[in-house]
Amino acid sequence: MSRALKAYLHSLKVMLGAAPGKPAKSDYSEEAKALHAYKKTPEVRLVRLAKIREELADKKPSYKWRKWRWASIILINLMFVVSYKFDVQLVEGALTASRLVGFHMADLNSGIQITLAQKTILTNVVIGMVTVAVLWWLVGGRAFCSWACPYHLASEWVEMLHLKLVERGWAKDIPLHRGMRAVLYVVFAALAFITSFTVFEFINPVGILSRAFTYGLTLALAWVGLLLLIELFFIRRFWCRYVCPIGITYSLVGSVSPTVVHYDLNECLHEGECRAVCLVPHVLDMTIKGRATDVNMDIGADCTRCGMCLEACPTGALTFKVKGLGGLL
Amino acid sequence: MTEPKAKKKPAKKHLSRKQKQRRTLLLSMAAGAGVTGVGLAGYVPVAKNGQTRLRPPGALDERLFLASCIKCGQCEQVCPVNAIKLADIMDGFGLGTPYIDARAQACDFSCDATQCILACPTGSLSHKINKKEEVQMGLARLSSPTTCLARQGQGFVGLARGEDFPGIHRYVEVDRWNPIPIADHPYDLEICDLCVRECPIKNAISMQPLSDDPNDKRRTPVVNTDVCVGCGMCEMICPTEPSSITIDIAAKRESA
Repeated sequence: MSRALKAYLHSLKVMLGAAPGKPAKSDYSEEAKALHAYKKTPEVRLVRLAKIREELADKKPSYKWRKWRWASIILINLMFVVSYKFDVQLVEGALTASRLVGFHMADLNSGIQITLAQKTILTNVVIGMVTVAVLWWLVGGRAFCSWACPYHLASEWVEMLHLKLVERGWAKDIPLHRGMRAVLYVVFAALAFITSFTVFEFINPVGILSRAFTYGLTLALAWVGLLLLIELFFIRRFWCRYVCPIGITYSLVGSVSPTVVHYDLNECLHEGECRAVCLVPHVLDMTIKGRATDVNMDIGADCTRCGMCLEACPTGALTFKVKGLGGLL
Repeated sequence: MTEPKAKKKPAKKHLSRKQKQRRTLLLSMAAGAGVTGVGLAGYVPVAKNGQTRLRPPGALDERLFLASCIKCGQCEQVCPVNAIKLADIMDGFGLGTPYIDARAQACDFSCDATQCILACPTGSLSHKINKKEEVQMGLARLSSPTTCLARQGQGFVGLARGEDFPGIHRYVEVDRWNPIPIADHPYDLEICDLCVRECPIKNAISMQPLSDDPNDKRRTPVVNTDVCVGCGMCEMICPTEPSSITIDIAAKRESA
């Protein structure tokens, strides 16, 4: 099996909940082996530690990507509201399904749920899903989460507060098993098929929020509020990390996307700043010293392309890359 | 951190790696079961067989409707009289699905066709329907004959639903294209025939004498169950409180 295929399957396994773990000796490329060995030499090690001390001393937070990302989420969701309120018919509907200047769009997960529930394949829904899949495939799958999902933004704000509370000992971050999300994915798919009800849509905070923006406040927002409270006090990013099947659906699209975060072992000092801010730190496992199997690696399927690791990385070892456009960017 | 307070803290239970993993697994299972449980709670309001809401024109049978609706609200957006609302959490699995509260704002086919059906991306509002006469939302029924003004031989003067009623309706004789507030359209009728007068479907309701006596002014609305589409316009316009004529959502006409 080629190293690329192996890495791809590994990234899917990790996305579904497997612990990344230390790679086998045979998985490493010669260059990576040599570079790891070089980084282990005492002189280089001292240089590296000195560099880390230096950079941590005058660390300035960067929000280079965040401002665009927040703007993107707000703008996308605002377009739905403006379209309806001012009748400009730009994007009609909600995030679950809409028409973008007349063209069908259907959220991949909502589309899957109704297809399973009614056991019929609808042309409009397929057209909408393919359009959405192609769009998010281009920009990186789970980019949907961090660049469009309104719950993600709410959850991100709550997470900032949560981290402050944890610092003061007023909140805890109880870890759960990530495999839970994959199990729930199957559970909700099975429930839709067996009961013929779109069970997941009843608790889907993305749909609830998106509809509330356009059509007005609902009691269902109380559920979204409850989820955010759980995230504030007990489990960091509970919904996005451990529950949301939408995330898995877009992960699969993102697993073969040309838009990725790229890792360069040469530049990395292994200080772990990236993993501390990441929603899905398991995708950054290769940034742990000795874990990268290649000098140049693409971050795996579960990555939301939020860019927070890029902002946190002091050395520029992590960058956005569009495969096939290498020379153009 | 000023003084070390470690002494005051109770000794922490030390869990081995395995115990920790086990606890995480159990917690995850509990959380997963919890989320699934909340999801399944949506079954309670729909557990009763049959429909509880008047659905927009073209809605499939309730079970299939709930299965296929993608909860996007595009039908709500195109309705010129804003008759379509989206259900809230109390509707369980019906959350986000469209319904019509006919008494508050009925569908009067102001759109001239069935815009909501055209807007529906999933065919939950069946694309097989091309004109308003083919719609089957339910059937109008004189649910409270004793309060019906016509049956008492009474006329109606004034505003059908009072001046504060926000509902709108397209009066073709006033404005062919735009619906206006019902509160802006006073009536002066010798015998109340509002349900017949404002019905958007030809021959769906008619006024019939109650007796053979030509001096008897009393009339009764009679619903033609082969023609009525159940849009609810009669229910909205009826000036009695509560409405004497209502939509029976369980009843569908036999000839389709």
